[in-house]
Formats: sequence, C-alpha cells, structure tokens
Amino acid sequence: MKNQILKYVDKGFRYDGRGLLDFRSVSVEYGVAPTAEGSARVVIGDTIVLAGVKLSIEAPYPDTPNKGNLMVNAELLPLSSPDFEPGPPGDFANEVARVVDRSIREGKTVDFEKLCITEGEKVWSVAIDVVSVNDAGNILDACALAALAALKDTKFPEVDVKGIVKYDAKTSKSLPLMAEPVLVTISFVNGKVLLDTAFDEEKDVDSRLSIACLADGSICAMQKGGVAPITSEQVLSSVNIAVEKSELLRSKL
Amino acid sequence: MTKSGEKYTKRVDGRGFKDVRPMSAKVGIVKRADGSAMFKIGDTVAYAAVYGPRELHPKFMQDPSTGVLRCSYAMMPFSGHGSRVRPGTSRRAKEISMIMANALMPVLDLKMYANSVVDVFVSLPQTDAGTRCAGICAASMALADAGFEMKDMVAAVSVGVADKTVLADINAHEDCDIGASDIPVAMLPQSGKISLLQLDGVVSKEKLSEALDLAKELCTKISEVQRNALKEKYSSGVSQ
Amino acid sequence: MINSESVVASDNSGAVGSLLVKDHDVVVPGQVLANGLEFLPSYGSYRDGDSIIASVLGLLELRGKVLRIIPLAGKYFPKAGDKIIARVIDILMTGWRVEFGSAYSGVLNLKEATSRFVERDEDLTKILGIGDFIVAGITNVTSQNLVDITTRGQGLGPLRGGRIITVGTSKVPRIIGKEGSMVKLLRDSTGCNITVGQNGWIWIDGSPDAEIKMVGAIVEIENNAHVSGLTDHIQKFLEGLR
Repeated sequence: MKNQILKYVDKGFRYDGRGLLDFRSVSVEYGVAPTAEGSARVVIGDTIVLAGVKLSIEAPYPDTPNKGNLMVNAELLPLSSPDFEPGPPGDFANEVARVVDRSIREGKTVDFEKLCITEGEKVWSVAIDVVSVNDAGNILDACALAALAALKDTKFPEVDVKGIVKYDAKTSKSLPLMAEPVLVTISFVNGKVLLDTAFDEEKDVDSRLSIACLADGSICAMQKGGVAPITSEQVLSSVNIAVEKSELLRSKL
Repeated sequence: MTKSGEKYTKRVDGRGFKDVRPMSAKVGIVKRADGSAMFKIGDTVAYAAVYGPRELHPKFMQDPSTGVLRCSYAMMPFSGHGSRVRPGTSRRAKEISMIMANALMPVLDLKMYANSVVDVFVSLPQTDAGTRCAGICAASMALADAGFEMKDMVAAVSVGVADKTVLADINAHEDCDIGASDIPVAMLPQSGKISLLQLDGVVSKEKLSEALDLAKELCTKISEVQRNALKEKYSSGVSQ
Repeated sequence: MINSESVVASDNSGAVGSLLVKDHDVVVPGQVLANGLEFLPSYGSYRDGDSIIASVLGLLELRGKVLRIIPLAGKYFPKAGDKIIARVIDILMTGWRVEFGSAYSGVLNLKEATSRFVERDEDLTKILGIGDFIVAGITNVTSQNLVDITTRGQGLGPLRGGRIITVGTSKVPRIIGKEGSMVKLLRDSTGCNITVGQNGWIWIDGSPDAEIKMVGAIVEIENNAHVSGLTDHIQKFLEGLR
C-alpha cells in the first residue's frame, strides 16, 4: 500500500503525526556498559542502539606507523528485529559499519597521532562496536550518534610496566577528540523528503542520502542508499537540511 | 584451598556466602519482538527476545510433529572483562545456545506448532560471570511475555565451591582469580527439578549436595523477581 | 483485597482449601493460584498435587471453583471460522498464497476468490496482486496447520486504500468490545472506517487526521487491555483528542 504513505506525505505529515522533517525524541546515555572503555545508548523513538569502545595496544598499519588504529563494526542483532537473520553480518550491517567508519575517520574525530606509543611498533587501537537492540527505523543515524557518544565516554585503561593493558582499572584520561561528526539521513519518497524514518515507513523509501555533518557546517562523508536515482538539486538541498538538523542531534550529546 | 593457596574467608564484594548479587528485571524491552526481557544480576546483564512461532527455514530443519525451540547466545563485543570479544559464533556460544534450549524446553509444549520455530535470542551488553544463567532467566521471562504456555518459569544461578565453602552466584573474580568450582544450575522452582547442570572444577559429593540445596533456594528467590517483573508490565495503565 | 466469599472453601471431606488470588488478577506461569482439591483448573492452569498452578501470563477469571486464565499475549493461531486480514505474498497456479502474522501461511483458491469464470491462462494479478490486503474467512485448518481461506461472503474481499496496523491478537476482543461496542465508538468518534481481523491486523481508512486519531485510540486500548472500564476510558481519551 505504497500510495498510502503518499496520502500522508502529500499533506505534509507522517503515520505518527509528525512533520516530514521532525525527528522522534532523541536521547543519549553514557557509560551503559562498564566492561567497555567507553559506551553509550542512543534511543530515537522506539529505536535503541548501544555502542561500546574497546581499546587495545597493537602494531600500527605499515602505511601509518605513527598513528593509532580504528575499527568499526555493526551488529544488527536478530534480537532487535524480525527481519534480521542470525549469521554473519548482512549487507546492511556492513553498510552501517562502513558509513559510521567513514564519518568518524574522515571527520578527523580522533587525533590518531596522539594514539602512537612507539612509532612503527605499538599504538592504541580503537574498536567501536555498535549493536542494535530494537530496530524501529533510522538505524544509521542512531548508530553513528552512539559511536560518537561512546568515543566521548571513553577512558584509557591502566597499562602495567610490561605494557600489558589492565582492563579492570580505568584512568581519567579521555580519547584525544577533535571533531564531532553527526550523521543525518534524508529519505526520498516520491520526490518528498523525510527525516528519521520509522520502520513502517522505510519499506516505501525510494532512496536515501546519509550525510555526516561537522559543527562548522561542513560535511565529511556521504552515502546514497537505495536504488532510485536522485538529482544534484536534491543532493544540495539535502545537505542544507542535514547540516541544520545535525545541530539538534549534536545538542543531545 | 583457592588457586592462590589461601583460605577463602571473605567474599571480595562483601557479600555473605549464600547471598546473590542485587537483581533487577524488566519485561518488554524490545518492542519489535513477540516477547522480551532484561535480567540483571550484579554486573551481568542479559537481554532476551523471542520471535515466533514463525516459519522455519531452511525447510529440511522443520519437524512435522512439533515446533522447534532455537536459542542463540551472544556476548556483545564490548561486554567481556578483558579484551574485545570477537563477534560471531564460537564453540562456547554454540554449546551455551544448546544447553539454554535444553534448560527451557521442559516447561514448554510446542506440539501444536508443527513445522515452525520459536527463536530465542540472548545478548549480553555487560558481563561479570553467570552469563548463561542470566540468559536463561531473561529468556524464560521473554517466553512468558510472548504468551507461551509454560508449566513454570525457569530460574538459573551459578553456585560455586571455593576452599570447601559453598558460594551463591559467583562473580568473575571468584570464577577466574580465586579458582572457585563453577556449577551453573537451572531449575523449575515449582518441582525443584533441574534442567541445566554443569560443573567446572573439583567438588566433593557432600559439597555438591550442599550446592544444589543452595541453588534450589536461590532459584525460588529468582523466580519471584521474574514473576514480579512480568506483573509489573501490567501494573501501570489507567486505574480500574 | 481478597474477595471474602472465595478466600476459604471447604469440600465434603472437611479439608479446607485456600484461594491465593482474586478475580481479574494478573497471573504468571508457575504461580500457585489455589490449594485444595475443590478447585478446578481450566484453560491456562493445571493441577499439581494439591495445587492449581498458572501456565500462561494472563488475567484470572474465577467462575465458582473453576480457575481460567485469559491470556494477555500470544501470536495468532489460525482457527476455522475466524475472519482475518491477510496479505498476498505469492501467486500460485490456481490461487494465491497469503500471510497473516502467524507461523503458517494460507491459500486462497481461485474458486474461493471470485464467482466468475477465469480463463486458463488469465493473469491472476488482475484479480489480486502481490502485496494486496484482503479480508478473508478461514474455511479449514488441517492437523499440519495448512490453512484454506475464502473471500466469498459478506464483508470479505480485497481492501483498497486505507492503512494496516497490527496489534497483539490477545487484544482483539478489547478492540472489538462487547457486541462490537468499542469498534462502533472508534468509528463514530474518529470518522474513520475500521475492520478488525482476529489475527490482530486492523484495516483503517479515513483522512490522515482521522487515521492518526484512530491509531492513537487503538494504541491506548492495547496499553490498557488488562484494565476494566475500558470503554469509558477510551471515550474520555477520544474526547480529549478533539
């Protein structure tokens, strides 16, 4: 019943009565998993995701001997939706991880040079895992926000004299953060623009454009999803909307 | 004697030998699931969600005489005490998934759901030992929340023996550092029957008997927490 | 708190049993409801020795000495005679496969969909396409839960326009109300059309404003399905929306 959502969208609102560009309520809670070095829970409407950061000391990549490592992984748990199958990450989980990774990496979120311990030998490695607990739509924006929040929450663990990480003892030292990229996904339905889609709207979305926005109004990552093509005018107007709405999400951090 | 050779006279977190850690529970935490629950004991938190009965794929796994219960246990990557837990199935997770299904099955009757599957997904955001038991407690509540007929709630707890002392609900420190023997037990509190029993470590027959008695006592307490959480879901709403 | 008439009862042998719950309590699996042989288990409860124990999450219904439980949750299980809302998921040789939120799909045979003659090679999607919703009656459920449905009959057939929402199947009786009283209240106060399937799928059709009002009221019923005096509450709720 795709024409059904159009009946609403054409009048300027949504199944739940919101306006086309309204977000559901957004909240961020820090320190939700004490076993992680940093963690956060993001709730957008009924959507719930968790993110956790684990730090470890590893060898740097050969092409960046003086920089720390970053790894982003997304687990769309079968617990969180009847549509997610058990097994290795599917295409969407992989896409979520890649988009979050790019927004953090390209947004120069972490000062990776400060994560170097011994050049060419030992660096801090940052592993971010985002996990869905209830998928009620807009997993992308929720996961990106949770990943950033978990980075902000992160405290280095103690390291003993032999250089072994003592995970049960946290220091008061935070990660060296330089930027806060916030992802906003624009969804297109019959030429109309929707933000923060709920899961019952997502099946009718023709295509989407996720944009990572920085505090100064610039953008650092984009991803077009879905099959339907979009125009460059749509891209540019989406950037304006995303940059404006990113302030709302950033204010929740 | 403990691992280090010292006597275990006082628990590291100040608890009495027969005390469980503080517990809390909540039902309905995953709105999209047919049933769901959270069970927390100490610093171990388990989420469980139930989907089904639903169509079972692949088809060759279907059983024309009954529905199938399928459990899946996973620690979130950041939930471990040490370094990151690699996502994906391990032998450990596979075994725990199986024994969880065995622990829950005795209270269920899925005969009317021929060819279908009931999926129970358990995921832990933070852990401090006793994860399979917390998972079973959450899963049992989630199954009840999903409206399944159940002869009883299944409650589970890990009891231990360190230095000849029987300990209730051992934590990771007691399991790993003190070297307590670990005995996860799941019970049907009404009948006192055991639906999960494992043992890691050396225990005398006398201590085992003592440990099982303690487990029974604790499972009764745990089942009260489970039942109260289920009722809690329906205690709000407009007044009558 | 406990109904004084039912708290203590004695049978002919003179032994005294006790009832541990009262009518309309929320009970949970494994909960002891009563002790004593004079009490009788019915749906959702069973006897274990001297005790009657609950085996499903629900509301206790006490009828004399009989303890019955009305479930508060559970997935839809198909039953012959039920009116359901279903969605076409596949086109078969001589009909359609439909789903309706249960572990089992159903088959709508061509003969059960239309009375007119259909050519051998006719395109069935002209009658019903994939994704279309229908109101159907369940005609037969086999021991292996193969489900046959029909759309021939009063109030049955394809649904055009409108919107489908889903509720737990245990909430359906509350949404329909006594002799359809709740449905009537909803329809009259929102100006939105509504058809409720036993499977918990509900079709609503009206202006977006009316539909949003309707959804709000249905969610309110769902959240308070265990509460008595629900019709009055929903009436006030709907008045508050105006």
